[in-house]
Amino acid sequence: MARSAVSITGFGVAALVVALTLLPLGAVFLRAGGWPAFGPGDWQAVVFTLQQALLSAIISCGLAVPVARALARRRFWGRRALIVLMGAPFVLPVIVAVLGLVAVFGRAGVVNDALALGGWAPWSIYGAQGVVLAHVFLNLPLAVRMVLLGWQSIPAERLRLGESLGFGPRQVFLHLEGPMLRAVLPGAFVVIFVICLTSFAVALTLGGGPKATTVELAIYQAVRFDFDLGRAGLLAAVQFCLCLSAAGVAWALVRPTPFGAGVDRAMAMNAPGGWRLWGDGLAIGGAALFLLVPLAAVGLRGVPGLAELPGSVWAALGRSLGIALLSMGCAVLAALALSVAVARGVRWAGALDAVALLPLATSGLVLGVGLFVIVQPFVAPARMALAVTIAVNAAMSLPFVYRLLLPEAQAVLADYGRLAQSLGLRGWALWRFLILPRLARPLGFGAGLSAALSMGDLGVIALFAGDRGATLPLVVQRLMGAYRMEQAMGAALLLVAASFALFWAFDAWGRRYAST
Amino acid sequence: MLRLDQVVIEQDGFRLTADWAVPAGAKVAVIGPSGAGKSTLLSVIAGFLEPVAGHVTWQGRDLAGVAPGARPLSVLFQDQNLFPHLTVEQNLSLGLRPDLRLSAAEKQKVAQAMERVGLAGMGARKPAQLSGGQMGRAALARALLRARPMLLLDEPFAALGPALKAEMLELVAQVARESGASVLMVTHDPRDAQAFADLTVLVADGVAQAPVPTAAMFADPPAALRDYLG
Repeated sequence: MARSAVSITGFGVAALVVALTLLPLGAVFLRAGGWPAFGPGDWQAVVFTLQQALLSAIISCGLAVPVARALARRRFWGRRALIVLMGAPFVLPVIVAVLGLVAVFGRAGVVNDALALGGWAPWSIYGAQGVVLAHVFLNLPLAVRMVLLGWQSIPAERLRLGESLGFGPRQVFLHLEGPMLRAVLPGAFVVIFVICLTSFAVALTLGGGPKATTVELAIYQAVRFDFDLGRAGLLAAVQFCLCLSAAGVAWALVRPTPFGAGVDRAMAMNAPGGWRLWGDGLAIGGAALFLLVPLAAVGLRGVPGLAELPGSVWAALGRSLGIALLSMGCAVLAALALSVAVARGVRWAGALDAVALLPLATSGLVLGVGLFVIVQPFVAPARMALAVTIAVNAAMSLPFVYRLLLPEAQAVLADYGRLAQSLGLRGWALWRFLILPRLARPLGFGAGLSAALSMGDLGVIALFAGDRGATLPLVVQRLMGAYRMEQAMGAALLLVAASFALFWAFDAWGRRYAST
Repeated sequence: MLRLDQVVIEQDGFRLTADWAVPAGAKVAVIGPSGAGKSTLLSVIAGFLEPVAGHVTWQGRDLAGVAPGARPLSVLFQDQNLFPHLTVEQNLSLGLRPDLRLSAAEKQKVAQAMERVGLAGMGARKPAQLSGGQMGRAALARALLRARPMLLLDEPFAALGPALKAEMLELVAQVARESGASVLMVTHDPRDAQAFADLTVLVADGVAQAPVPTAAMFADPPAALRDYLG
């Protein structure tokens, strides 16, 4: 494709993304009811949103440090599997994690059984403490991975130098690990803070009531229960400002980790014995239990539930698969057009880059409210539920796929751009024989990620869907809300299997295509 | 005949001028200190970079605005001459048809070219399964298939050992002789120039000087070349 065609496609896609992101925001701001409508309950929602995000980020990062250190310096059976597992929650549907936590920490879970045995008062998973628990469960693995990367980025030469100077664990911490943590932790903290700020499914299922309502949940309630679009618009505007400032801070704080660095580089790291060995064992064992037991609970209790699934579950599965594939297709095509245009250095490439990351500054629910406000005068929102969900999911996964493709596209053009030019490779032949084969691996990975994310997403669909037309995550949430736990677990098992199957299929396809 | 007509090249504050011609069928070495602009000069001739003034002409036709792939030349880069995800045969076929839709006769030509450079039977391999010398041969075979009247080489075979490099240069010379193509080769090694080229262009101090016979140049080196040779 000629440079101008690449440029036109890139800008066409960028215009679509801008329209999809900014038009709903405009609608939200126009519809916002104004400050008088902002009641004390709404202020409480803002305060709770910030509090729970802060607490979740602090606890996740705090726990991640001992776990990552133990993983960095110990070698044991299953270590690799555990590190891989740390990446899984990214594609794990949030509603499945919530169900697993309810199975373990809920009223009938093992934790409360143990408390009752000891004569203590029962602990409730519903409320602020449950929201924080779920956020730590979902984000601890991310924090561990980021901190572990930091540990593995300490050059072996430094460690050897430290050893030759007779450093004990205290000195290693003071001179090597401390500075590394100061560089890595702020980034991990702010990323998790932003994720918790915009997480909707956790607040929907575990939060609620005046003490545990986040802004996103308040938006949802304003639309679904009060049908007060003015107040929903105002809350969405507030949420957008929160996200934008947090994303700005994140952008300033997060240092890109050097690309291509292996997660599991062999490194000679001193493994001290004594109480530290026990401490590391406790950190790894505790983290593994905390992460694995809830998932195992879904698996164990879901299998019997599979047999008694209502027919609506299978219809919802089909709907969710359709949504996942369509929004994945949109996200991948958009990310491909934008990344190749930016990599080829078209005019205003910087603007295209910013547009590709624009969806990060907002939340799916805010976009959803905006689209709701736009379509509602013309059609019943329930009729648009699937189309809107596809568009919003595509927009929300665009930044991730784009970020995966861009460095690879830049490398392809730097390495082979001149060769292709000198051979007169243009148009379809350029895509067919150079760009697509060279990008197969990140394309497959990005497609898998995008499909799994939208398969498991429980966001805008909750705003739009009527009694029929629900997606699988929404069906799980409704079954759970109706306390039909066995069925909810069965449907959750189906959901998690579908999400991982989608991710695995596309990722494997990309890797196979790339290696042949 | 390739003509550089009062060509001025500017890039990031760097400036180079050239005003000379290369006779058809000549083998020309381009030598000079690193950073003098040898490769930049080649980029302008190949069409990757436009000169800020002057004209590059071929047989009297101005090449301004002609895309690199449409110019009457083939380029061999220092490395990355083959696409690693395509087979050797596909890589060679790109020289005939960028859309890889070859007729039976064209496929026959590809097989002949592989045979000519000593790669017969290796068409199904990926470049990673070739040695460094074989990769150079494959790139040369593609240049043979493209059959353009000029061959530009940018420090080719730099990763090969001396004996293998000499062998490859000999193959380049044979290919050029058979097709009557002129060759322009950037090198930092004076021995390459002496072994291979009839004419030598010295690039130094912002000027690409007109080609002079290589033997004469080294018999009585100008000051800039003396500094470079040390």
